[in-house]
This record gives sequence, C-alpha cells and structure tokens, in this order.
Amino acid sequence: MVTGERGRDVDVIGRVHSTESFGTVDGPGTRFVVFCQGCPMRCQYCHNPDTWEFARADGSGPGTSVSVGELLNRYERNRPFYKRGGITVTGGEPMAQPDFVAALFRAAHNAPAGRIHTCLDTSAATFTKEHAKRFSDLLDETDMVLLDIKTSDSKLHETLCGMPAHHALELGDELARRNIPTLVRHVIVPGLTDSEEECANVGRIIGDWDNVVGLDFLPYHTLGKSKYEKLGIAYPLDGVKPMSAARAKELRKVALLARARRRAERQN
Amino acid sequence: MSQEAWQGFVGGNWEHEIDVRDFIQKNYTPYDGDESFLADPTENTTKLWDEVMGLFAKEREAGGVLDMDTDLVSTIISHPAGYIDQPLEKIVGLQTEKPLKRALMVNGGIRMAVAACKQNGYEVDPEIVNIYTNYRKTHNAGVFDAYTPEMRACRHSHIITGLPDAYGRGRIIGDYRRVALYGVDRLIEEKKAEHAGTQKTMNEATIRHREELAEQIRALQELNQLGKIYGFDISKPAKNFQEAVQWLYFGYLAAVKEQNGAAMSIGRNSTFLDIYAERDLKNGVITEAEAQEIIDHLVMKLRMVKFARTPEYNELFSGDPQWVTESLGGMGVDGRSMVTKTAFRYLHTLENMGTSPEPNLTVLWSTRLPEGFKRYCAKISITTSSIQYENDDLMRVYHGDDYAIACCVSSMRIGKEMQFFGARANLAKCLLYAINGGRDEKTGEQVGPKFRPVEGDYLDYDDVVSKFRDMMQWLAEVYVNALNIIHYMHDKYCYERLQMALHDEHVHRWFATGIAGLSVVADSLSAIKYAKVKVIRDETGLVTDYEVEGEFPKYGNDDDRVDQLAHDVVEVFMKYVRETDTYRNSVPTTSILTITSNVVYGNATGNTPDGRRAGEPFAPGANPMHRRDTHGAVASLASVAKLPFKDAQDGISNTFSIVPNALGKDGEVMFGELDLDALGVDVDIQIENPAPDCGCC
Repeated sequence: MVTGERGRDVDVIGRVHSTESFGTVDGPGTRFVVFCQGCPMRCQYCHNPDTWEFARADGSGPGTSVSVGELLNRYERNRPFYKRGGITVTGGEPMAQPDFVAALFRAAHNAPAGRIHTCLDTSAATFTKEHAKRFSDLLDETDMVLLDIKTSDSKLHETLCGMPAHHALELGDELARRNIPTLVRHVIVPGLTDSEEECANVGRIIGDWDNVVGLDFLPYHTLGKSKYEKLGIAYPLDGVKPMSAARAKELRKVALLARARRRAERQN
Repeated sequence: MSQEAWQGFVGGNWEHEIDVRDFIQKNYTPYDGDESFLADPTENTTKLWDEVMGLFAKEREAGGVLDMDTDLVSTIISHPAGYIDQPLEKIVGLQTEKPLKRALMVNGGIRMAVAACKQNGYEVDPEIVNIYTNYRKTHNAGVFDAYTPEMRACRHSHIITGLPDAYGRGRIIGDYRRVALYGVDRLIEEKKAEHAGTQKTMNEATIRHREELAEQIRALQELNQLGKIYGFDISKPAKNFQEAVQWLYFGYLAAVKEQNGAAMSIGRNSTFLDIYAERDLKNGVITEAEAQEIIDHLVMKLRMVKFARTPEYNELFSGDPQWVTESLGGMGVDGRSMVTKTAFRYLHTLENMGTSPEPNLTVLWSTRLPEGFKRYCAKISITTSSIQYENDDLMRVYHGDDYAIACCVSSMRIGKEMQFFGARANLAKCLLYAINGGRDEKTGEQVGPKFRPVEGDYLDYDDVVSKFRDMMQWLAEVYVNALNIIHYMHDKYCYERLQMALHDEHVHRWFATGIAGLSVVADSLSAIKYAKVKVIRDETGLVTDYEVEGEFPKYGNDDDRVDQLAHDVVEVFMKYVRETDTYRNSVPTTSILTITSNVVYGNATGNTPDGRRAGEPFAPGANPMHRRDTHGAVASLASVAKLPFKDAQDGISNTFSIVPNALGKDGEVMFGELDLDALGVDVDIQIENPAPDCGCC
C-alpha cells in the first residue's frame, strides 16, 4: 500500500467508473487515467453517458468506491510505463468530487517512489468563482488542466449541455490567475459548434489566458452511440454526421488567429 | 589475399578462428544520431521495385502463385542464374531461374510437394514422384514409419497441432556473415579439419557427426558454385560493402534453395555489414545513396523469397509467410549500443520501397538504445506498422549480444545454437481432456489415457487442477516423443547441410516446444476457482458445455489471482516436458507464440469453462482473450510480463493492435509548433517523473 505524506489521503474514498492503464490522449505521455462516476452536465455529444449518474449516498448505484491508496497502488505496479506521463482524472466530472481528487493528487505528489505528474480533465461544471475556495486544495495539487469549453455561445451552452456557460469561464480565469498550464479542448459538432464565428470566439476567450499551452479541436464522432442504446437513452444527436478531421483543423486555425489578435490587442 | 579484403580492420581472434562476434566488437561504429543522413531510393531502385510490384500483382491475379517448378528438384546449384532486370540489380540471385517461380522441394515430404503443386494447378513430374516415393525416402515417410497410434490420434484430434512432420522444420539460422568475412574456402578448410578431428570410436553419434560434416563440406562446395553461376568468386572474403552483402545473400539464398522451412530467418547482420559500409564510405568507394541502394536491393530480394505451399499450410499461418527475420539494434554486453547507420538503412527500406511484412524487421529493444534510433523506430512503426519489437534487455542476459531471432520470437546465438522446432500442444484442449477423462470433447473418442473424469454438476478447483496436471504430464510425454521422432527423421532425410555448415562444429541444440490456449486455460481455472462452473453433459456422459455462475478475475488485467494461474501452468507444463528424454540431448524450452495459428487451434477446440464457445479463436500467443482485458494496455501487458521467461525461453509473444489516434495526439495540439502562434508566450511543459530503468519503455 502506498502511503502519502499525510496518512489520511490514501484512505479517502472516491466514486470511480473505471481506470485505464494506458491513457495516451488525456495529457502528456502515457498516463494512468481515473474515470470518476457522476456528472451534472448532459452534453448532447457525450461519449461516456455511462458515467453520468451519481452513486447514491448509501453506496448503491453505478460506479465503485475506491480509495486513493488503491488507485496509487495500481499506478505503482506499472510506474515505469508512466515515466513521461502521470495520472489524469477525468469523468464523469472530477470536480464533483474535489476532496477525493485533491487527496489523490496530493498523495501522487508525495508518492514515496517519486512525484507523479497530475492532470485534471474537467468541464468545470461544479466550479464558481464564489466558491473557488472549495476547490483550492485540488488546484494546489494540479500540475495541468484539460479544460473543456463546450461553446462560446451561452444560450447554445444551455441546450448543448443542460447547464450555463459561466462555470468553465470562471475556472479558466482562476487557472490563469494560478498560472496552471492548461490545454483547452473544444468538440466540433456539425451544425452546432462548427461555425467560424464560434471558433473565433473560442480563440478570443483563450486569448485572455496566458496559461493556455494548447488547443485541441476534437471532431465529433459517433462512437458513443452504442452506449446510449445499451443504456436505453435516446441519442440526442441522431442523424448528425461525424465531423471531418480536416475541417476541424481549419477551424482550429481560425481560433488560433483570433487568439493571436486578442493577445496583440492586450499587449497594446 | 585475406589481407587485402581485411585492410583497415582491427585484428583479433577472428583472424585465427571463425569468430564473427569478435570481428564485430573490434570494428563496428555505434551510431547515436538521427535519420537525417539517410538517402532516398535511387532511380534504379524505384524502377526495379516497380517491376517487382508488377510481378506481385501478376502473382495475385494468378491466384497467389505465378509459376512453379514441377520437374526439377531444387538444390543449391539446380538452377541457372535468374534476374529481375539484371542491369539494375546491385544484389543478385533468385531461388529459381526467374522471379517468383516457386521451387520444388521434396525432401521434407513428397506428398506435401505434390499437394502444393496440385492445389495451385500444377502437376509434379510422375518420375520425380516415383523416385521420392519408391527409391528415395523423405522426412515425412520416415516420421510416419515411427509414429505410435497414440501420436497419430493426438495429431488427428489436434491436441498437438502444426507438427513439422510433412515439411521442412525451419527455425535454423546459418551464420551467413561467415561467407562474407572469411570466404567459402576458409569455411571448407575449417570443416575439413573438424572432419579429420572427430573421435575415432565409431559409435552412432560419431558416425552421424562425420556424415553430417561431409554433407556440410559438400554444401559449401556447392555454395561456391552458386557464386560462379552468377559470375562471382565467393571462395574468398568479400572486399567491399557490396560484395559483403552479396556474399552474405548467397549464403542465405543457398539455404532457401534447399530448405523450405517453416521459418527461414536471416540473422542479425546490420552491425556486421555496417563495418564494410563505414570502410567504403570513409575511403570514398561508395556514397550514402549507393550504400542505401545496396541494402534496398538486398531487402527487395528478401521480399521475393517464396515457397511452394498448400492452402492448408497458409491457413495455419494466415498468409504466405516466410519469416525472413532480420534482427536489428540491441545493446552489446560492454554497454555500447549495437545500433549502426546500417540499422537505420534497413528500416529506411520501408520508406524507400513501402511497407512489407517481409523481411520481418525486428528491433531488439533496450531502454538504453540511442534516443535517435528509438525515435526513428517509433516513426517508422507509426507510418508503416511493419516493425516487430523484442526485449533485448531480457534476452541479452541469456544469449549475449550476438543472438538473432528465428521466426517471430525464438532467440539463438548465431552459429552457435540451433533449435528443433516443435509446433504446439493445445493446453485448452488438454484441460478438457482432464475434465473428460481423456475423451475428446468434440468426437467423444478416447484419445488420452482413460483417467477418471470429473463427477458431479459443478467443477471443483482442486479436483480439476489435479486432473489437469496428470493430463499435462501425459500430453508432454507424447508430445516430446513425437518431436523426437520428427527431428531424428529430419536430420536423416532432410538435413540442413548448408545452414549447419555455417555453424560451429558442436552446437547447442534447443528443443523448442510450444503451447497454445494459455489465456483460455488461465481464465477457465479462474472461473472454476472464483466463480461456479456447472457442467453440461451429453447422453454419453461427455462434458460438452459449461455454465459460469458469477464473476471471476480474467487474465489481462494485472490481477495476480489469475495471472498466477497462467504462470503456474507454464511452469508445470515445462517441468513435465523436461522429464522426457530429448533427441540429441537438446535442451527443452517452450514458446507461447501462436501469433497466427490461434484461429486454427480455437477451431479444433470445444466449449471451455471460461465461457469461450466451441470454435472461437484462441487469443494469439500469450495475449489475454479478446475483450477480456478491460483495464487498458499497460495492465494487459503487465499480466503477460508475469509469465516465466526461464521456462519459456523460446519466446512469449503479445500481439498488440491499436488505432493510431489512440496512441497520442498528433503535432497540432500544443502551441509552439505553429508559426501562427508566433505572438504567443509559450510555456514549456517539463514532466520528469523519476522512475527506475526498465525493460518496457
């Protein structure tokens, strides 16, 4: 059993959907990825609807209760694979379990075999600037963030995700204030988030954040569809075609140009 | 004359005795740079390769075979010179007088040769069939004279499958570098001295040894003639890079003109050849483009090696494979990397002439390989998917730094070790025999010994394990004895005289067994141990199906509860294999590497207690069963890595497929790589987790 500097961290329990031992697209290097169970958002293009539902207070419901120690143990078994990677916590929404993820990251940083790089993959659904303190411990231990910006259009945001847009923007500001390296992700859905205006707006938003180190435009795909069928949930984007990767690349350039202009404006 | 050929080389023991490794160690130049020095294909290469591609297309149109010999038995010197387009070829030599024409090889078994022709629409000359049926015995005929009824039954039920009893066994790698370094005459001299120096008491072993040495000498003399057929005098050492490659290739060509073994691997040649390339480059004899052209043309020839085979054979191996394995890279025991520029040149053939499964370019991977080479390997893997990787850090401990891979994973010291290839025992089927008291689960026939079958409705773990051990002990004995017969007969009727002539006099012989269905067995035992498995019997009492009640840990998830079961099966089976005497005092080992034949093995095996349905393919090699590894690749690999290499030195394989997008993001995610972002402030992300050095990354 791995024990962190503070003995109690390893005993903290979280609700986990699953773990992936070979994560290569959720942060730098090869990473151990923890999928949290439960998310307040209901994004129409979500490809992990099986992580939506929260477990009930009595411990029943979806997911498994796993301790920080157990997760680090799984990491340590194959530590050499993660030499240039680390741990990523994604979801579900990891910020729905801030104490658990904070404990995990703190224990990772204090791992006896050596510090483990920590990465938080979030849509910020539970974050607000009024309650930033609630997430302070977590962000103190976060080396990198993958921040999902669903759309720059606040009205569309509500229909697309069932929640208002300000959470992600407020977390973005907080990350910039803390200067935590952040990779912004944006899913390009045909007919919804693929207008040049929308992409330019995303570019302008991140132009205000100097901590943003990368922008990943993810073309919408339909691979999650079968999960909806299995779960008996109607697929909201039925009939929407997958996004072409080439077009997503072009749109990314639009965003980058807008970002560059915004940064130039700020310098003047 | 050697002095001229060896000018500029650092001398050593290699001058006084056949010692290629010493020559390499004294003379090679490690290269730790990147691929920027590499040259594009020459005009000749492109033109020649286009012609070969045209021939491949014609071959496909013709249904897989372009032409076959039907009235000429292939030997080292059976055919006149053959070319693709002679003026363009830097390296010459074909198996027959024209490209892609398949030679007739009969010593493994005339029936297989006839069947291979017939099924491709050709007919072997009846006189040849007559000779090899009634006058000259073949390996196949010899084996069946000696097989016991029990061995035939095991063969028939497929509990033992893929035995090399009707075709060439392969897996032997001649040290083809010796031809280049010493010239054939010197090798003949050595063999003559060995022949003169054998023990004087003529017991069976000595007589066989003397006869084999005489055959080796004859093969080398024919090798000299093969050179002459193409207008070269290879009796003397090669004088430059082009000659070294050509001499070496003639050695290999002689082998594939005489043997159609299941795997005809070529060894580990890049570091050796690079010494010649470096000398020529330094002396201005060749340019980089010419060096690349020579390697391109060698590889082109290796891509064209073909054998006459039956569709069943191709089905077993999923294609028309030759396993012309070339081992690249690795580390020396003195700590220097053995990567040279020529290792890059070999990999670069995949860029210059496109992807190809042959030759099977195999990188001997070490964590200590130079970064530039690692990166180039990764790049070529991504763009061509044509590189195989093997763990040098693991194998170097056992085999030193001059071993090569035969076929897919079998490692041997070149010129010092050979192996008796031995197909596979189907352990999943063995488990079913244990449950059914030796009766075959598909036919109901009593194939194995009539032990007591399991009783009751549910399988009891201790009971099954004890019965399984008994059945494995029986299977190991039948299996090893069948292989003893096979290799006795192969030595007698289909001896690899040329390949063995390129070995030391006294070789270490491996007795290479193999197992199939390991993950099925591990999961089945896990189901029996951790869940409840109910048996379903037919009207004769034969258990034909199983119902699993509850969950159980599955191999491939880094879960010791089941991984240990897999480990133990390998260990116990090998213990039983070692208990049986092996032919020529060969040392038993095993492999877990059914990379392609897992489909055929699965097809021959009924329902298993892990829930796998009858006929469903096994997982390849030591892989977990398809879709049962649910914790990602690292956990899956970690399970495989727990298998005991000490018991499976012939190799453990894991087939790993992944869509490129799942291997990471392309360059266009992070900033800093784009001019567009010149205005931005770039943050460098540095991630350095201290970790012990290991053999897996």
